[in-house]
Amino acid sequence: MAQVIKPEVDVVVVGLGWAGSLMSIELAMAGLTVRALERGGDRGYEEFAYPKPADEYAYAVRNKVMATPAEAAVTVRYNMSETALPTRKWGAFAPGTGVGGSGLHWTAVLIRPTPTDLKLKTYADEAYKPGILQEDMRIMDFPFTWDEIEPYYTKFEHICGQSGKTGNLRGQIMEGGDPFEGPRSEPYPLPALEDTLNSSMFAEVAKKMGYHPFPNPSACVSRAWINPYGNQIAPCNYCGYCSKYPCLNYSKASPQTAVMDALKRMDNFSYEVHANVLKVELHDDKKTAKGVIYRDAQGNECFQPAKIVVLSSFQFCNVRLMLLSGIGKPYNPITEEGVIGRNYAFLSNGGSTLFFKDKNFNPFATAGATGQMINDISPGNFDGPALGFIGGAKIHSSQATGTPISTSLPKGTPAWGTGWKEGMEEWYGHSMKISITTTCQSYRDIYLDLDPNYKDEYGYPLLRMTFDWKQNELKLQQYLKGIVGNITKELNPDSYSESFLPMDAHFDLTKYVSTHNVGGAVMGDNPKTSALNKFLQSWDVHNVFVPGGNAFPQNFQANPTDTIGAITLMAAQAIKDQYLKNPGPLVQA
Amino acid sequence: MLLQKKTTRRKFLLGSLMALPVGTIMMKGLSAAQAAEMAAPDLLDYKPVFFSPDEWQFIMAAADRLIPAGGKGKAPGALETNVPIFIDQQMHGDFGEEIYMQGPFNVHAPATMGYQIPFRPQQIYKTGIRLANSWCQQNHQKDFHALSDQDKDNALTQLQKNGIRFADMGEESLVASQFFGELLSDTKHGYLADPIYGGNKGMKAWIAMGFPGARASFTEWVKQHNVPYPLGPVSLQGARA
Repeated sequence: MAQVIKPEVDVVVVGLGWAGSLMSIELAMAGLTVRALERGGDRGYEEFAYPKPADEYAYAVRNKVMATPAEAAVTVRYNMSETALPTRKWGAFAPGTGVGGSGLHWTAVLIRPTPTDLKLKTYADEAYKPGILQEDMRIMDFPFTWDEIEPYYTKFEHICGQSGKTGNLRGQIMEGGDPFEGPRSEPYPLPALEDTLNSSMFAEVAKKMGYHPFPNPSACVSRAWINPYGNQIAPCNYCGYCSKYPCLNYSKASPQTAVMDALKRMDNFSYEVHANVLKVELHDDKKTAKGVIYRDAQGNECFQPAKIVVLSSFQFCNVRLMLLSGIGKPYNPITEEGVIGRNYAFLSNGGSTLFFKDKNFNPFATAGATGQMINDISPGNFDGPALGFIGGAKIHSSQATGTPISTSLPKGTPAWGTGWKEGMEEWYGHSMKISITTTCQSYRDIYLDLDPNYKDEYGYPLLRMTFDWKQNELKLQQYLKGIVGNITKELNPDSYSESFLPMDAHFDLTKYVSTHNVGGAVMGDNPKTSALNKFLQSWDVHNVFVPGGNAFPQNFQANPTDTIGAITLMAAQAIKDQYLKNPGPLVQA
Repeated sequence: MLLQKKTTRRKFLLGSLMALPVGTIMMKGLSAAQAAEMAAPDLLDYKPVFFSPDEWQFIMAAADRLIPAGGKGKAPGALETNVPIFIDQQMHGDFGEEIYMQGPFNVHAPATMGYQIPFRPQQIYKTGIRLANSWCQQNHQKDFHALSDQDKDNALTQLQKNGIRFADMGEESLVASQFFGELLSDTKHGYLADPIYGGNKGMKAWIAMGFPGARASFTEWVKQHNVPYPLGPVSLQGARA
């Protein structure tokens, strides 16, 4: 096929979600010509005017703003000896597509990991006697200090209009915030969202039990906000359509609301949609990239030359593009050589659903991030070493949605017939959840590579996940079951049902967990165990930067977006301050 | 709106409704919700676009048992809310095009690996209905729709629990519970989705539950704890009930 050669740009950005839009605006503001290529379609405000998103069937059931499995499936197997099977329908996770990416449909819980989460390996070595932790665990530290990354968390949180309660301001613990959070250089930009009934009930009981509840930190803004790029974000009106929906009130920070308006006005920025990047083209010496090859909306094969290539698509796609392009050596789980695909991690959830006959929770009156949580059970804040596992969870009562198809019914309610119908009428709006979102460690034989059997529509291999639960994570689940059980009993519901992983659980692809898939092209200090340095620069191909959840060496209990924003902004700053002056490796191995 | 029925009155009402701004309630003495309900086709007059007449009888009869009319509360049944129309409209549309359909297929994969069926939902329905009717013929000498309510419930339970063995009937790619799962979830979706998709006629399922639909603004309500919300639902097309 003839190739259409595009005019060279300074930077080509692959994928226009949070990482791609932040990288684009930061580099465009530095005067570079930036061209973004997005696999999906454009998604502008007009598509999300009220009442269009208030449609549970279209957005939450039919996944209207997600990538389809037909175009973005991965394959999954539990261990190295099995044949992986494709995710023909989404279940456990559902990545976004189009302008905004997963930053459009996210629930907007905007929370930082703790300093211990970022230095988990150091903590493990100090706190755990040898032999306590699983031999096949491969946790690592993030390759920067808290003080290095903190300004970028602050910057991203100002871009989003983070709403919440400060817990630690420059070392001073603040009442009502999270006492376990790392020291903040500045308080939260905006006050917390309002509490719904379940949040208040949970917070009261948790406090009574000696825990430290605080409002879910949120990027659904609680007040009108003008961000550092000059974009205006409207105050949340608790519409009830948040997680999986674009925001009909423009209140949830997204690449659209927080970045794209300002970015689109810049003459040195352009973007193309339905532009499916197939490969990064390298120079013969494999030390630098020439640009990217993509298929445009008309089916033409195009070459976009660029001095810098930013891979900022979803975590899976970034890892797959590196493997398809020969950037870095693929990971081999037997020899443990190679780095691309290494340290994949997902996470688990679970919890308790509590039913109260005499309480109206009005579950539709809510924001996705509404809720209260405790961080008391995160690494370093409880006696993990005595319990024989490492990790933890945020435990929270949120009310992310109140739409009818997602209604919970008490145990024993029939799945159909008169009993089901009566159950829906009796119990809708009368339940609340206490949920866990857990850490997930990385392991020698949990990894990503290219699938030998299944291909995409262009004939390229799908990405293959080898993933299953390990004893460490299952022990953690069982411990959390006890804690959630105690809080549940204290709340004294009429009835409740529990969902936790038993010790013999396998990864279940049919039940939605989250789309917090991480790792596979991780950041680190050592090129033998990491794909990227701390500026998200490929160790092997120095003009390729790979911002995204792919850079996390394991998964922490905090939601990933705050960290994806922070590391992306740190990388953008390093490109502007250092790389442009002296192109080459920014960290000497 | 893909509904096929083309009565002049319905076209007029629908056209007028779509032009209404949210908040305009009264139209010639009818509430918008009443008008919308009138505009929705009468299920018995509806001509399915995807299902054959035999299949349609099965869908009507199965939906009626999965969400029956009557019972203790005020919640309507699947037939009162046009659920079969929803299912027909979905199957007629792009439903299932999002599924990754490249082989090879391993239909014996553990259930935790999710959807590994070599069929789109449309084929699951066609196959499932044919085999379910065939089982009913063998056991009751009647098609499903002609069974007593008790026998229908029993047949549905057998589908749900794989008591009807599709493999014994020559179908190796699909088990009965997979067909039942599709049927049940689509039936519930038709009952609970916005009326724009052809089901939830008159938003009656929402009214019964107390769900306010697409109102989507609760700034003053989020702080009022344990107070029942007083207003009825609004649909995507601006109908109120």
